[in-house]
Amino acid sequence: MPDAPAPDGAVLEDVPRPIVQSRTFGDRVFRGISAGAAATCLLIMFTTGVFLTWKAFPAISATGPIDFLTGDTWQPDDEAFGVGGLLVNTIMIALTALVVGVPVALGLALFINEYSPAKMRPFLTGGVDLLAAIPSLIFGMWGLFALSEPLSGVAEWLASHLNAIPIFRLTEPDVALTRSTFIAGFVVAIMITPVITSVSRDVMAQVPRVQCEGALGLGGSRWGMIRDVVLPFGKSGIVGSILLGFGRALGETIAVVLVIDLVFQPNLNILEQGSGSISALIATKFGEAQGLEINGLIAAGLALFIMTLIVNLIARAIVNRSKLAG
Amino acid sequence: MTVELERTDTIWLDESAVVPEVDEVVEPVVEPPVIDDPDPPASDPDVPFRPSALGPSDRLEFVLSAVSALAFAWALCLVMDWSAPLTFAIWAIIWFVTGTYVTARARTSKVVAMDRLVTTLIWLSGAFAVGVLGWMIVFVLIEGIGGLVDDLPTGEWVARLGAVALMVAVAVVVRWRLGRREAAGTGTTLTRLLPRVVGAACAVGAMLVILPVINTEFFTSDIAEVGPLDEGGGIYHALIGTLEQITIATVISVPIAILTAIYLHEIKGRLAVPVRFIVDAMSGLPSIVAGLIVFTVWVNTGRGFSGASAGVALAIIMIPIVTRTAEEILRTIDNGLRESALALGAPQWRSVVQVVLPTARAGLITASILGVARAIGETAPVLLTAFGSAVTNYNPFSAPQSDLPLFIWGLLREPNEAQIARAWSAAVVLLLLVLVLVITARVIGERGARKRTGR
Repeated sequence: MPDAPAPDGAVLEDVPRPIVQSRTFGDRVFRGISAGAAATCLLIMFTTGVFLTWKAFPAISATGPIDFLTGDTWQPDDEAFGVGGLLVNTIMIALTALVVGVPVALGLALFINEYSPAKMRPFLTGGVDLLAAIPSLIFGMWGLFALSEPLSGVAEWLASHLNAIPIFRLTEPDVALTRSTFIAGFVVAIMITPVITSVSRDVMAQVPRVQCEGALGLGGSRWGMIRDVVLPFGKSGIVGSILLGFGRALGETIAVVLVIDLVFQPNLNILEQGSGSISALIATKFGEAQGLEINGLIAAGLALFIMTLIVNLIARAIVNRSKLAG
Repeated sequence: MTVELERTDTIWLDESAVVPEVDEVVEPVVEPPVIDDPDPPASDPDVPFRPSALGPSDRLEFVLSAVSALAFAWALCLVMDWSAPLTFAIWAIIWFVTGTYVTARARTSKVVAMDRLVTTLIWLSGAFAVGVLGWMIVFVLIEGIGGLVDDLPTGEWVARLGAVALMVAVAVVVRWRLGRREAAGTGTTLTRLLPRVVGAACAVGAMLVILPVINTEFFTSDIAEVGPLDEGGGIYHALIGTLEQITIATVISVPIAILTAIYLHEIKGRLAVPVRFIVDAMSGLPSIVAGLIVFTVWVNTGRGFSGASAGVALAIIMIPIVTRTAEEILRTIDNGLRESALALGAPQWRSVVQVVLPTARAGLITASILGVARAIGETAPVLLTAFGSAVTNYNPFSAPQSDLPLFIWGLLREPNEAQIARAWSAAVVLLLLVLVLVITARVIGERGARKRTGR
């Protein structure tokens, strides 16, 4: 490369020369192959969207899009498919999971980053990874056989002592308190904890250590340092991680199916028996579905797909922005 | 230059803070300044500033709070006639947290007391997470281990488990003692080799003790001919299905995922932004939707349920996991390596194939194993694609096939103890598989990371 004319050499001194690469034949093949692989990912998501919409169309048009999204009946013989009640129940389960899971997850993230002895930290992060990898089926079995019993005791207590809060009220005095939104939310909470913990831990670990030491050096307590340095710095990343957990909770299938009784009506009394989620609907009804009901299930899957896609993309955008800021 | 202060509980800056033990205020320890450190460890999470906040009086307060919490909860449960252990635990924890705050508030200041309160809460959430994980693993093991082993008298069990525990203890102690000498730099060939030899010997010994009592029938028969109330039957068909489906999923997803990661990080082509966006979206895809799409496109168009379609659905779940982990690994590779290869005149593909990929090999294996660990336990997508079956089906390309999650799923919904006991035993096998996979991935990954940074 010829030397670039430098009228003011001192200014250009630090600017690296642009690299001119000549691509060989092998390079072009290599780039083509990896671009093809990358395009496969695009293709998969594109196919998902197109095919689900296409196959969902007969069911949605038979019911009508408004009735589909707001109705709470599932009568394949009358061609009436409504997932409105299930959408409400899905969101209630996910919100319950967040209320239980977020404090634990953030506490765990802070514990690993700021409080635990340095020697314990690899084991703790390993434990979080392990928790994330445990199959949801096993969580569901454990929730069903080990957690239902003690949690229905908690539910009883909540119903008798905190019934000033509307969602803890019971419609009838002797309604069953097992197989409810509350218990499903609890099981899902344990499943989303590792997701929230690992993402928010990553973000909080990027706080400039100098600022933390500064806060401590000014006489702040450790909690003062966390409150005034770590949390403000990681705020958007934490919000993003919570949204990621929310997206995971919305799509959780097997653990929910095992611990609830599926109902199609919206059930805002979270302690009472009967709840539901879209994915639970698909997994439960799929076995004996025929004809148009299959299209109805695909339509429900499409609704779930779009809902989680939106939540996840917002969450990822927030997390990535906060990582760039760090 | 970093100044490290040894903190005691008495030096928080607060006008209301009482400072009774003046001679305990420790002088700052000034570390020798590091000259010309090009990369100050400012953001290194491994060396944070860690004030040791607990003095003897703090410890005493914690112990007293704990004791009084237990006493209070016990008395309360006795008076109110409550018997649930959960109730006891909740009241004890509430009292303990309040107690730590009140004692700290009485002796020191609001700031210190608040710090104490938060410390307690955060330790509790850490203990809660560890406790839940432990409780779940132990619960699954207790429920399911009975079906996996032969019926033996309790005494023989104690003897066999004791022998295994002894061997594990010997291996750990030898490794730990000699590892310390190794770390101190006084290691010899003997200290390097002995832990491995002892470890291998103990592993072989433990297997010799455990293997003869394993219930082999559970692993070598299916449940096609077994009635719901019969003895026997096993998971052979499910193991075959899992093996075939996971192999198909791995063969499809790992090349695509690693090439995508290379595209995202090495080539950084025009598609990089949308692809990263889509991979993010895929990683949040509910697993049942992955099954539903394969069902819609493939199974429901007249081709029927098969193990291969389950493999494709699992591949859709694995691709984003492996891609993201692999990209993180590629990011850790020193740019100098790539630039040296290019400077030597290698075209980009040779620098990737011969320099980047071999350096990243351990990390990429870790990424793949983590993907497998995630896929192996997925139930919802295989339910919609392989459907499950009671007979052994060796051909993954036609007819429904079972696998471990489907086996468990099918039996769990039957109202009969023997079937549910089989489901628990299969759950133990699945859980152990996942544990082994995750731990293997971690060990390989850590060795690889040490190698990469050691160079």
